[in-house]
Amino acid sequence: MLTVRNLHASVAGREILRGIDLKINAGEVHAIMGPNGSGKSTLAQVIAGRDIYEVTEGEVLLDGKNLLELKPEERACEGVFLAFQYPVEIPGVSNMYFLRSALNSIRKHRGLEEVDAVDFLALVEKKMNLLGMDKTFRDRPVNAGFSGGEKKRNEIFHMLMLEPRLAILDETDSGLDIDAMKVVSDGVNSLRGKDRAVLVVTHYQRLLNYIVPDFVHVQVNGRIVKSGGKELALQLEESGYAQFEEEAMAGAAKGSGR
Amino acid sequence: MAEAVVHSELQWTSPQVLSKRPGSGEPVWLKNLRSEASDCFAEMGFPTRNHEEWKYTSVSPIAQTPFRPAWQQSASRPVQSAELDALKKLSGICLVFVNGQYNEALSSVQGLPAGVRAGSLASLFTTSDEIIAERFAKYADYRQHAFVALNTAQWQDGAYVWLPKGAVVKEPIHLLFISNAGDTPLVAHPRTLILAERESQASIIESYWGAGQGISFSNAVSEIVAGDNAVIDHTKLQLENDRSFHIATLQVYQERSSNFKSCSVTLGGALVRNEAHAVLDAEGAECVLNGLYLGREKQLVDNHTIIDHAQPHCPSRQHYNGILDGQSTGIFNGRIIVRPDAQKTDAIQKNRNLLLSDKAQVDSKPQLEIYANDVRCTHGATVGQIDAEALFYLRSRGISLKDARNMLVYAFAGEILERITSQKIRVLVDRVLHARLDAASRS
Ligand SMILES: Nc1ncnc2c1ncn2[C@@H]1O[C@H](COP(=O)(O)OP(=O)(O)OP(=O)(O)O)[C@@H](O)[C@H]1O
Ligand SMILES: [Mg+2]
Repeated sequence: MLTVRNLHASVAGREILRGIDLKINAGEVHAIMGPNGSGKSTLAQVIAGRDIYEVTEGEVLLDGKNLLELKPEERACEGVFLAFQYPVEIPGVSNMYFLRSALNSIRKHRGLEEVDAVDFLALVEKKMNLLGMDKTFRDRPVNAGFSGGEKKRNEIFHMLMLEPRLAILDETDSGLDIDAMKVVSDGVNSLRGKDRAVLVVTHYQRLLNYIVPDFVHVQVNGRIVKSGGKELALQLEESGYAQFEEEAMAGAAKGSGR
Repeated sequence: MAEAVVHSELQWTSPQVLSKRPGSGEPVWLKNLRSEASDCFAEMGFPTRNHEEWKYTSVSPIAQTPFRPAWQQSASRPVQSAELDALKKLSGICLVFVNGQYNEALSSVQGLPAGVRAGSLASLFTTSDEIIAERFAKYADYRQHAFVALNTAQWQDGAYVWLPKGAVVKEPIHLLFISNAGDTPLVAHPRTLILAERESQASIIESYWGAGQGISFSNAVSEIVAGDNAVIDHTKLQLENDRSFHIATLQVYQERSSNFKSCSVTLGGALVRNEAHAVLDAEGAECVLNGLYLGREKQLVDNHTIIDHAQPHCPSRQHYNGILDGQSTGIFNGRIIVRPDAQKTDAIQKNRNLLLSDKAQVDSKPQLEIYANDVRCTHGATVGQIDAEALFYLRSRGISLKDARNMLVYAFAGEILERITSQKIRVLVDRVLHARLDAASRS
């Protein structure tokens, strides 16, 4: 479904992604782990289409379609969804109005009619119940004044409403207590299916007990330095990233010819 | 126009302009007032940019346009439009003025409670009405302010509203001023007087709407007196065409524990200056002045406020948001005066501006003059662009760039609109604003 090939991206003249390769098939769940600043969010944002990152080399394909040529909203219409590490507060725009516009825009792209107001509310209620969200979140402005945990839950709520084919969750677990994490994981798992794929970015193995990945990748300094099965996450929990960081440093030194 | 030869200030005081109807059938005091105000204007002339209060706004386009008095044209062109119908639907009580003249056929006073009086000022003064007459022109200062002087000398008509003690009017009272100019630039000086006696309550809408494509100049003066415990909710809508000039002075005088709240929405006009002055002259008077202004192309929108805290324990709030596109200019000048007696004043002023283009500009200036020591006064002004992160967030969920921008702009406007008490007015302004934003994003 998703193919990332030799992806290089920089921001403000500094290279952050330095040759990422990643292949995710429909039906799979992948996890990316890695130290702070290794470029995990950058990768997620580049896939979603944030234009402050300049892609200098490589490609990103969704079912063979070149994502890099598409606007962020077009990528969303193609089925890409990013749950932000830091969801943005949008005072003055109600959660419902926003979601309905988003849903209708995606439906329009798929040749479907606008969602009926009654059906929409029923859907909202169902998904909110699933996530144990209070009804007041419906009419409150998007993320404005939400706690960290509430914002993360709201991201998953948006995801469930929009039913993306490729969901990228950027540290959706950080700041969640164990109960909230279970709820969020249930939400993500409910979306799993043979036509969909999930990419989770996390620092903690804990989440992966609930959203069990098919593959785990270690990203260090803008590259994926190791890939493995779910046991790799357990191993990282034990040993940390030091070993990978040293190898990456050595590799970088060699690469730059020093 | 054949006679458009000399565009000097002279035309504004020339006998030709003054010698028409003012005077005819009017009481002597009013004639005298006109002539005194006319002298004041002749002495002051139009303000120039050397004048501190007019530093950012040049009125020379007004001084140089060969306007004709609008009343000379009033009967000529019929007005009809969906927008006008929507405006008229705001309330069953609607006094309509076309080119500065009361239009009885378009007006209605359905729902006006017995005892409350509202109508044409000009016709009021042909009868003798002391309650109202003795307070006319006592608040807006024609000796200090050139445009107030011009209005006081030359006004043709306008509205009066008198709310007796304890009167409560449920329906909004809508004063609708229509400018309808064709090829000839027209000037009108609408004049309004609203007297709310103690414990009365009403909401007033003053709207200025342009029917024709031509150039008009509305030089409006509105005086509002809120008696003890009176509650007045005021909305001003400026919807004239983008070639028009609009200078308006709202002068509010507040008595004990009165509550005055105003929201001014400016959407049209080549040059618009809204002055809102409130004098809080007794304890416990509360004043809220909110405003929303949109500028596009080369529009200039200038909001000047003065809240004069003369007595203790008066709270005041001001919140103005500006949205400026194209090469437009927004000006906000908010003056808060706290007189020596006005202890425990609690005044907050906020002005936020959103620039949608790099050629748009804003001058925002708070002026606090505080002569008392136990007061709380805060002010804040910001100028910013659309938040790129918010824009990306919306787009990443499938919303188009155009819709995402409009959503954010609209949300910014919403900070002010949500403060409009009347749901009907809010809906109307919402609609006009949406139409305006849609038009802007299509071009
Ligand atoms: N907009 C930006 N401007 C400048 N530098 C940036 C920007 N975005 C990211 N960076 C830098 O790029 C590097 C990678 O950041 P990124 O957020 O992708 O890391 P991360 O792996 O997600 O880290 P974390 O685990 O802390 O979330 C960091 O050094 C960061 O400072
Ligand atoms: Mg990150």
